[in-house]
Amino acid sequence: MPKVTINNMEIEVEQGTSILQAAETIGVEIPRFCYHDRLSVPANCRMCLVEVEGGPPKPVASCAMACSDGMVVKTESEMVKKARKGVMEMLLINHPLDCPICDQGGECDLQDQAYGYGFDRSRFHENKRAVKDKDLGPLIKTVMTRCINCTRCVRFAEEIAGTPVLGQFNRGEDAEIGTYINEIVNTELSGNLVDICPVGALTSKPYAFKARSWELEKTETIDVHDAVGSNIRVDSRGREVMRILPRLHEEVNEEWISDRSRYSYDGLAKSRLDRPFVRDEESGKLREADWNEAFDLIKARLSGLKGEEIAAFAGDLADVESVVALKDFMTSLGSPNMDCRTDGAYFDETKRAGYLFNSGISGIDEADAILLVGTNPRHEATIINARIRRAWLERKIPISLVGEAVDLTYPYVHLGDFPKSVENLVKEYAGKVKSKKPMMIVGMNAFRRPDGQAIHGMLQEAAEDLGIVKKGWNGFNILHDAAGRVGALDVGFVPQKGGKGFADILAGTKDGSIKVLFMLNADEFNARVNVGWKTFVVYIGHHGDHGAQRADVVLPSAAYTEKDALYVNTEGRVQMAKRAVSPPGDARVDWTILRAISNHIDKPLPYDSQHELRDRVFEEWPHLSKIDQIELAKWGKFGKKTRIQKDAFAGNALGYYLTNAICRASPTMNKCTQAFKQDIEYKEAAE
Amino acid sequence: MLADKDRIFTNLYGFEGSDLKSAQKRGDWDKTASFIKKGREWIIEEVKTSGLRGRGGAGFPTGLKWSFMPKTLTERPHYLVINADESEPGTCKDRDILRNEPHKLIEGALIAGFAMGARAAFIYVRGEFYNEGSTLWQAIHEAYDAGLLGKNAAKSGWDFDIIVHRGAGAYICGEETALIESIEGKKGQPRNKPPFPAMAGLYSCPTTVNNVETIAVVPTILRRGGKWFAGLGLNEKNAGTKLFCISGHVNNPCNVEEVMGISLRDLIDKHCGGVRGGWDNLLAVIPGGSSTPMLSKAVCDNIHMDFDSLKEAGTGLGTAGVIVMDKSTDIIQAICRLSQFYMHESCGQCTPCREGTGWLWRIMKRMVQGNATVEEIDQLYEVTKEIEGHTICALGDAAAWPIQGLIKNFRPEMERRIMEYRKAA
Repeated sequence: MPKVTINNMEIEVEQGTSILQAAETIGVEIPRFCYHDRLSVPANCRMCLVEVEGGPPKPVASCAMACSDGMVVKTESEMVKKARKGVMEMLLINHPLDCPICDQGGECDLQDQAYGYGFDRSRFHENKRAVKDKDLGPLIKTVMTRCINCTRCVRFAEEIAGTPVLGQFNRGEDAEIGTYINEIVNTELSGNLVDICPVGALTSKPYAFKARSWELEKTETIDVHDAVGSNIRVDSRGREVMRILPRLHEEVNEEWISDRSRYSYDGLAKSRLDRPFVRDEESGKLREADWNEAFDLIKARLSGLKGEEIAAFAGDLADVESVVALKDFMTSLGSPNMDCRTDGAYFDETKRAGYLFNSGISGIDEADAILLVGTNPRHEATIINARIRRAWLERKIPISLVGEAVDLTYPYVHLGDFPKSVENLVKEYAGKVKSKKPMMIVGMNAFRRPDGQAIHGMLQEAAEDLGIVKKGWNGFNILHDAAGRVGALDVGFVPQKGGKGFADILAGTKDGSIKVLFMLNADEFNARVNVGWKTFVVYIGHHGDHGAQRADVVLPSAAYTEKDALYVNTEGRVQMAKRAVSPPGDARVDWTILRAISNHIDKPLPYDSQHELRDRVFEEWPHLSKIDQIELAKWGKFGKKTRIQKDAFAGNALGYYLTNAICRASPTMNKCTQAFKQDIEYKEAAE
Repeated sequence: MLADKDRIFTNLYGFEGSDLKSAQKRGDWDKTASFIKKGREWIIEEVKTSGLRGRGGAGFPTGLKWSFMPKTLTERPHYLVINADESEPGTCKDRDILRNEPHKLIEGALIAGFAMGARAAFIYVRGEFYNEGSTLWQAIHEAYDAGLLGKNAAKSGWDFDIIVHRGAGAYICGEETALIESIEGKKGQPRNKPPFPAMAGLYSCPTTVNNVETIAVVPTILRRGGKWFAGLGLNEKNAGTKLFCISGHVNNPCNVEEVMGISLRDLIDKHCGGVRGGWDNLLAVIPGGSSTPMLSKAVCDNIHMDFDSLKEAGTGLGTAGVIVMDKSTDIIQAICRLSQFYMHESCGQCTPCREGTGWLWRIMKRMVQGNATVEEIDQLYEVTKEIEGHTICALGDAAAWPIQGLIKNFRPEMERRIMEYRKAA
C-alpha cells in the first residue's frame, strides 16, 4: 500500500486512493466542485489542484490523481494557493453575484469556497454571460446562468438514476447543461440533482423563494413513502414543513431519496383532518363534531357487540406504537378480526423470514444474480432500484424479471409474466445455479391475488432449489411498498385465532357480520365501494382520503412528521421517526386517540405515555428496541401448497406519484403525474 | 540545406500521382515485409536510433513512446491511432502528405502498428479535409486490393486493418485523448492523464496516438537506416528532416521539407523568396503554429528551427507552421484573432480554459483599440498565468502563450496604443 506525505503528514492509503481522498482521511481540506464521491471523476472544475513534489512544475488535480508510493503532496503551498485563486476567479467571472436572491444562498459550495479561497473583488469588467433556463419538469427549477458546468447532474442522471437525458451542449464559453429536445428529467430520483448541484443552477421548484436555509428548524427523521425507510431531514418553519432532504445512511438510502419522499411534503398541509367529524344521520354527510360527541357515538355503537362483530385495519402509514395500541384495544374488545395487509396482499406471515428483505438492502452490493418477481422496484422502492442498477453497472450481474415488463433503468431478461415462469426457471436450473449469492426480490404484486399463499409457498421452495437460500446467505427478499407493513406484521397485527383477514372483513361488512370497523390510516382501497354501508366505520388518520370519505366517525391524527414513532422497514430495520412539527388543529397522535376511546368505554389501555407504550412494545417484541438494527429472521417453511392460478402477475396500477394519502393530497405530486404523462404522450407523438 | 537525395517526401507537391503504382515507383512498399520479419524490437530500436521525435508538436521521442506499449498481447487489443486532425493555424503539412503521399502513411501505419502489436489503425481525418480524406480512402482501397493491408498484409504474416474516421471539424479533437473520445463516438473532450493512452486509450485498450508525419517517415527511416536519419539535422536530439509550412508575409509561401535545425533566415530566404520588403521589414515570426509564442526580429536573425533551440528561445517548434509577419502587421490585432480562435475552440470542459479564453479575447479586443489601462496589461498577463498549467489539456496553454509572447515582445506598442486612445478620447 502506497505511503504518501501530505503537508508533512505521512499516511498509508489503499492502492488507487486519490490524493483528495487521502487528504480527507487526515482532515486536510481540499476544495472541490465537480468531484462527488459517488460519481465518476471528470476533474473539470480544477478547484482541487495541489502541488506534487518532483512532478512537472504545475499543479495536478488531486481528485483524479492516484496516490503513489513516496509521493509528497502540498496543499497549502504558494503554487496551490495561486492556482485556487485563479480557478475561483474564473468560476466567478461569469457567475451572477445574486446570492441574496438565490435559493442556494447559505448552503452554496461556490459561496463558501469563494469566501475561503477567492479574491475580495472582481477584475472582470466585460459583460457577463447569460444562459437560457431549461424546463426540467415540475420538480427542478433552473437558473442556468449560475451553472459552473461541473457536470455532476449529468453524471448523476447517467450513472445513478440511469436516465441519461442530461448533457453538456456546445463548447467553450457557450457550453451549457440541458436536455436533448427539451425533454424533462423523467427519473424518480430527480430531486437529488438539486442536492448535488454545488451552486444555485438547479434548485427545488416547489421550495423556490419559500425560506432561507438558516431560518429552518432541522429534524432528523424517517421517511414513510415506501418501505425503504430512507433517512431524511425535515426542515420546518413554525408549523409548516418547508422541505425534506436526505440524510446519510450507507446501508439504507446512502445519500439519496426518491422524489416522492422529497416533494410530497406539501400534501401535509392540504386536505388535512384537523378536527373530529361524525356522519350526520339526517343528511348523511360528515359534519364537524367535538371529541366527546365522537367518542359517545363510538361507545353507543360498540355497546352490546360481540368481539367477532368488530374488526380493525391498520394501513400503510401506521406506526408500530399505534398498531400495538389498536391491537391491544381490539383484544380488550375481544375481537380477533384485524389485518394490516389492506392492499389485498395475501401471504403467509407466520415466518418472519417469509416477509423480510432478508439479505438487507446492502446485500444487493454482494449479490451476483438477481431475480425480480412481481415487482417494479423503480416505482416501489426507487432507492433499492438505484442499488440494483449500480450492481449491474459496476459488476454486470445478470438480472431477470418475472412480471410486468417495464423500464427499470438497466437491462434484464424478461422471463414472462406468470407464476409458471418461475416454476419453469426452477425446473431448468434447480441445483445448477452457479452464482454464489443469487437473490430473489419479490414484490407485493406477487401476492395481491387469491392464491398469494400458494405463490408464497412456491417461491419458498424455488428459493431453496435455486440456491438463493443456503448456509451463510439468504437472498430471499420481500420488497414491501408500505412503511408500516413490516412493523405491523412484527407485532402480529394479523387475524388472531379464528379471526378474519382483510378480504373476509370486507365481506363481513357487506353481509352484516361486521358491525363496527376501525380503520387506522387505511387509505389503500376505495372504502366507499368496498365497505358495506351498514357497518359503522371509525377512521383514524390524517388526510381526507378514501378512508375518511367512507367513515362514520373521523378522528384526526398526526402524520409522520408530527409524531415520535417507530417504523420497521422492508429489511426489518427498526427506525425512529421524530416529531418535527405539531399536528394541525385538534389532531392528536394516533395511539393517544385509541387510548382516549378505550378510556371512554371504560376499558382503558394500560399506558399513559409514549414511554409506557414503548415499554409495553419492547417487552413483548424485544427486537423492536434495537434501533437501526436488523434482527435476522430464521428460515423455514412457509406458504401453502395449494393450486396456483394461471393469471399473470399484475402491474403497478397506481403509478409512482400518487400512492398514498399524503401524495394524493400533494399539489406537486399531482403536477408530476400530469407532466410525466404529457411527456410520454409528447414522445409518442414525436415518434 | 537538405540534399535532394535525402528527401523523404519526394512527391510533396503532387507533381506525380498519389496512386499505388506511382508510389511504388518512388520506392514505397519496398521490402516492407522484411522489416516486419525482423521483429518489433528491431523496428523500435531503429526508430530510437534515428532520433525521430513526434512531429505533432510536443516532440516526444517516437521510439520511446512506442516502447511504452505493453510488450505482451492480452485479450485487450492494441490500437494505433493516427492523428490527421491537422487544425493548428499556420500548419498544412499533413494535408499534403494525405493528398500526395498517402502510401507513405499507410505503409508507416502497418510497420508502426506491428511494432506496437496493433492489429488495427484508426486514421482520424479532419472534417474539413474532404478531398484529402477521399484520396486516403482511395489509397487504402488500393492497398487492400494489392494485398498490402488486411490478412497477411504485404505478405508479412501480420494481419492489419486501417479504419478512416472523419472528424467534424473541432480543433480540440487534435488533442490525443479528445481524439480518442471522438473516435469512440463521444463529445471531443480531453481525458485526464493518467491513465495515459498507452495503458488505457481507445476503448480502454493500450493505444498510441501519432502524428501523420511521424508515421509517414518511418518506412524511409527503416529502408535507409536510423543512422542516416540521425545524421541529418542539427544534432542528435534534433535529427532528421522536417516539413516546414511557411505562411504570411513572405514572397513565396510554401511547404518544404528541410533538415531539422535549419536557420530561420535560410528557410525564409532560400525557400520562400525572402520576407516581403526584405529581411529588415520583418516584425515577428510565430515559429510553430499559432499556439507558440512569437519571436521578435532580433531573435529571428540567428535562430535555428529545431525543438531545443526554439525551446531555449522561450517558444517551441510545435508543428513547424511558420507564420511570418512584416512591419505592416497590426501585431495586437493578429494575436487578438488567435485569442478568438482559442475561445471558439475551447471544449468547455474545464474551468480556466472555458471561462478564461473568452476573458482573454475580450481584453485583447480592447487592447487592439487601446481602450484599456496600462495596468490591464499586467492583469492580462496574470490571467494567462491563471489558465496556463491549470487545465486538463494543453489548449489552455496554447491560448495563453501567444499573449504572453505579445506582452514580452511588444509591450511598448500596447502601451503606445493605450496612450493614443486616451489622447483621442
